[in-house]
Amino acid sequence: MGDVLDRTGRDDAPLTTSKDGDFAGGDRGNSLTGKTVTINRPRGELYEFWRDFSNLPSFMDNIVSVEQLDGGRSHWVVKAPGDRTVEWTSTITEDRAGEVIAWTSEDGADVPNSGRIEFRDAPGGRGTWVSATISYDPPGGVIGKIIAKMFQREPAIQARRDLRRFKQLMETGEVATAAWTRKQLDEEKA
Amino acid sequence: MRALTWHGKHDVRVDTVDDPEILNPRDAIIKITSTAICGSDLHLYDGFIPTMQAGDILGHEFMGEVVETGPKSTLQKGQRVVVPFTIACGSCFHCSKHQYSACDNGLPADNQDIGQAAYGQPMAGLFGYSHLTGGYAGGQAEYVRVPFSDVGPIVIPDGIEDDKVLFLSDILPTGWQAAENAGIEPGDTVAVWGCGPVGLFAVQSAFLMGAERVIAIDHFPRRLELARNFGAETINFEESKTYEALMEMTGGIGPDACIDSVGLEAHGLFADNVWDQIKVSTFMGTDRTHSIRQAILACRKGGRISMPAVYGGFVDKFPLGAFMEKGLTLKTGQTSVQHYMPALLNAILEEKIDTTFLISHRLPLERAPDGYQMFHDKQNEVTKIVLKPGMDLAEAA
Repeated sequence: MGDVLDRTGRDDAPLTTSKDGDFAGGDRGNSLTGKTVTINRPRGELYEFWRDFSNLPSFMDNIVSVEQLDGGRSHWVVKAPGDRTVEWTSTITEDRAGEVIAWTSEDGADVPNSGRIEFRDAPGGRGTWVSATISYDPPGGVIGKIIAKMFQREPAIQARRDLRRFKQLMETGEVATAAWTRKQLDEEKA
Repeated sequence: MRALTWHGKHDVRVDTVDDPEILNPRDAIIKITSTAICGSDLHLYDGFIPTMQAGDILGHEFMGEVVETGPKSTLQKGQRVVVPFTIACGSCFHCSKHQYSACDNGLPADNQDIGQAAYGQPMAGLFGYSHLTGGYAGGQAEYVRVPFSDVGPIVIPDGIEDDKVLFLSDILPTGWQAAENAGIEPGDTVAVWGCGPVGLFAVQSAFLMGAERVIAIDHFPRRLELARNFGAETINFEESKTYEALMEMTGGIGPDACIDSVGLEAHGLFADNVWDQIKVSTFMGTDRTHSIRQAILACRKGGRISMPAVYGGFVDKFPLGAFMEKGLTLKTGQTSVQHYMPALLNAILEEKIDTTFLISHRLPLERAPDGYQMFHDKQNEVTKIVLKPGMDLAEAA
């Protein structure tokens, strides 16, 4: 996804904010979504938490499971509409402690995707900017329709909400909920 | 437990609902001993606030006894606490600057979408005030779950009755912040629009901050009388022309600082749909923005406007020209309750501030629906209703 960072001939705004809807970025996939959040914690700590993929379901609501395989590979099972799940295996393509984690899905993914999570010092000593850039290939066909429903609209929403939950967990030690009983909380997460 | 729940316009009921449980490490469960009906609750009652759902528990001014704590709560069972109406984490950038009402983490992640769309960035969560502000269950109940209980609730020493400290939860800090935002200097004349609880506390606070004169504006005689008791001069806008009166009462200069505590009076409500609803439904729409327009016109050149009054959406005919040409300063915002609580509790303990004058009625929780109706119908006589879940029905009769 090197071209995502290429600013030649452009302004300084991230390409994820481009008015050009046809923009295609990434090794896999032709839809791009991205979001940055400021988290009032040091970037090393945030990177460490994220890099342990077993932590991800604690703030990513759509993840059913992430199984770490050998050689920087991991298997992902993610909720899709209609009680379905979609799966893929990812390989880490770039990994620099405290700075970046990037991945791309292997062949045979239900939803081919790639992305990067970057950790940068926020200006003014305000902690860390965490940026998620995800590109994905909405599949075709009937199942594609269902998946597209999730993957054309949802990834942007989901990324935004997941990043907020990540911020909450890192800054406050918990994920905010308005539920007042355990039962309500379980229903929210279902 | 028993709780006051919303079911629709002018339909609130005391229902039996599930007891709250500890869900997050920093939670505490509070057994409510006193909880007030806020003027802004009437906007829920009147059906002005969108995203209310049948069964929502109301109430954002409350206090009680700690009965259960999560592992990261710093409270102890048996402590008496007053709970701020704003739900703030205490650890984000805004909380570190004591801008608690702007907390990044008070709202559940999904609820933040609406605030982001309407205001550019989501605000803190609020108790018992629709799903726009988080959908948190409120405190007009026997028990409530309080998130971030290590940074929100303030512990009350033994021997001080509830009625003296209950208003630390919202209206006293809101009135105080309003006066603070007016940047009061010695010798100032301060005009206060609206003598509801926030306006009255703003009057009281303005004098404590060194105002020489305070002019209170309202149309309910009872409320003007309460303002007069603090030493304010009064204008009844049904009897006198407000702008002309203010000019004459300040030697043609205008008040140095103006505080608008009328507004929509609804905490954190939203957007143009609500606005339109209000505008078309009654005269309230025009009447209520009238106060901020009038404040801008009456305020002396180079003066200060403070706006504790809650506005949700957009406003027509804002006198931007007068605002610019006169070089006015406007400060506003939801109250950062947590920031003000400790100092105001001390002021109460030292008997510099007394808030009990405001309470006109005390009712058991079971009679909360009557309380809403009374408050709605009789704004002159009913200045504040405090619900007491522990109070016996016979005792109240």
